Amino acid sequence: MTAVPTPARAEAVLEGDLLVVNLGGVWRVTGPQPAWSRVLEGRRPRVVRLRADGIERWDSSLVRFVYEVQRWCRETEARCENEALPAAVVRLAAELLRARDAYVPVDHSRNFFTTVGLTATEVWRQAREFTDFIGECTLSAMALARRPGRFRWRDCFYEMQQCGAMAVPIVGLSSFLVGLTLAYTGAIILRQFGGDIWVADIVGLSMFRESGAVLTAIVLAGRTGAAYAASLGNMKTGEEIDALETLGISAVDFLVLPRLLALTLMMPLLSMYANCLGIFGGMLISYSVLNIPPTAYWVELQSIVDLSDLSTGVIKSIVFGVLVAVSGCLRGLQCERSAAGVGRAATSAVVTGILLIIVADAIFAVLFNVLGL
Amino acid sequence: MSVPTVNEDLLPPDGIPAIEVRDLECSYGGTTVLSGVSFSVREGELFFVIGGSGCGKTTLLRHMVGLMQPAKGSVCYFGENFTAADRAERRELLKTFGVLYQSAALWSSMTVRENVALPLEQYTTLNRRERDEIVTLKLAQVGLAGFEEYYPAELSGGMRKRAGLARALALDPRIVFFDEPSAGLDPVTSRKLDDLILQVRETLGTTMVIVSHELASIFALADRVILLDHEARGIVAEGRPSTLAATSDDPRVREFLTRGEGTAAGQPAA
Repeated sequence: MTAVPTPARAEAVLEGDLLVVNLGGVWRVTGPQPAWSRVLEGRRPRVVRLRADGIERWDSSLVRFVYEVQRWCRETEARCENEALPAAVVRLAAELLRARDAYVPVDHSRNFFTTVGLTATEVWRQAREFTDFIGECTLSAMALARRPGRFRWRDCFYEMQQCGAMAVPIVGLSSFLVGLTLAYTGAIILRQFGGDIWVADIVGLSMFRESGAVLTAIVLAGRTGAAYAASLGNMKTGEEIDALETLGISAVDFLVLPRLLALTLMMPLLSMYANCLGIFGGMLISYSVLNIPPTAYWVELQSIVDLSDLSTGVIKSIVFGVLVAVSGCLRGLQCERSAAGVGRAATSAVVTGILLIIVADAIFAVLFNVLGL
Repeated sequence: MSVPTVNEDLLPPDGIPAIEVRDLECSYGGTTVLSGVSFSVREGELFFVIGGSGCGKTTLLRHMVGLMQPAKGSVCYFGENFTAADRAERRELLKTFGVLYQSAALWSSMTVRENVALPLEQYTTLNRRERDEIVTLKLAQVGLAGFEEYYPAELSGGMRKRAGLARALALDPRIVFFDEPSAGLDPVTSRKLDDLILQVRETLGTTMVIVSHELASIFALADRVILLDHEARGIVAEGRPSTLAATSDDPRVREFLTRGEGTAAGQPAA
């Protein structure tokens, strides 16, 4: 390594009302620098004279020091003599003084009412954008239904593989564990009444009517919804979507509908698969902990679960598939053109997707109750 | 391959060069892109690495700044070997240079102020007020005073480049590398950026290494250039661009510097 440079120094000598400051050494912004307050030591000279005879090397740190001296002189109405400094230092210090004088700090804080108002406007705007987008997708789907040859089936099959087949392990594992947990929790209560066999009812009904569809939808909102938002967001950042638009190709036709159809078809299939794995998890616990033979479990399950339970789960999962795909694609298309924007789009897609799933599930609960399903 | 003879007059006259590249071999996954590359840059010099698309200019830059490890050879900054440096030495040497990337590479989640202040937070003991003053100075130097609170997405291409330059200059490095500074800019903005580069060099004496194929900038700014060639996988010429354009016997050099028209671009026809 090279020899250690002489550190920056500022030595002050008071001669009556005049403070002579001798600057020297190597001034590096990354190294130690003298502070003007320490050089001053509480003195109040009428004139400050800066000398630079001993300066070996300088950078912005010296400019900042000179600026600090000039500012102090201005505040205390002292005179600053800096003619002995290098011309570039004087010029840059003056430039800094001008820029700092012109600088107006930006206050980003907002009062409560402004925040409430802006949030309400934002929620309204997002709701409108969401419904507009669903409308646009519906119109595009109707147009493509008339000419199915123009639909990008290849992309759709690829997306089916990505969001369907590739999601089998994670959906299977999580639903198996949920079925297992449901059986355990149910067993604690049912054992007290000698109703062990009803574990099959609890697991069967909750998986078919509720957990299977909701669990699969939440897993896919995190997995596929985020992936849709990130991939479309990246395409937007890279101007790929602009390129489609300028060619007269609708981004909804080209990018959104294949994804939407893929997820809408795959969600019920995965949901059925989740039901099976959940029931299997429950059966395993029933046999190992409650000593219920699998045959008895199966017979009880068949007696309680009917076609209406199966169809409620399937209807829900189809709607959840649409909601997850729409929120993922919409957030991707709304993405800001930056790396941070892609991250925000993915997060927003997951949050929107899960929120919509829960709201839709609540609406279904009321609706099926009214319809007697 | 043969390494071109270095013109002794063009080497740093006194002591240690700011940058010394010795017998550098750059490869991508087993394919050698550049081989036997040797040159020196003197302190305060405006040095251009030029050549056609795909000749390895950016690859050479990435090897010089440590983003890629050379297969062979070394890069020294002020006599200290950067290629063989350990972690602590490397961290010290990284303060020696700043880089302005082709896309400016500003961190999009941070404001312009935060972008420029980050190197100061990492490498200095300055407090927040002092850092803000340095940031203001750097932004004023590049003509962006008042844009402290803007996010990169809110700036134009030229402004992003200038903000990137302010960030590259934050620690007052002795060397600044530029990767295609004019890329994506209109001629007027490009010219203004060239003026800014000259102004920074004149004010702070910073050594500038610029990777470019913009002939107007090369003739306006360069003290010295090296010309890389894809087929030769190395340097085919070194010298002052106007001299090379007028006197080089190598058709590759003449063709590049005259755009195949026989007269140096940006130079009056004889």
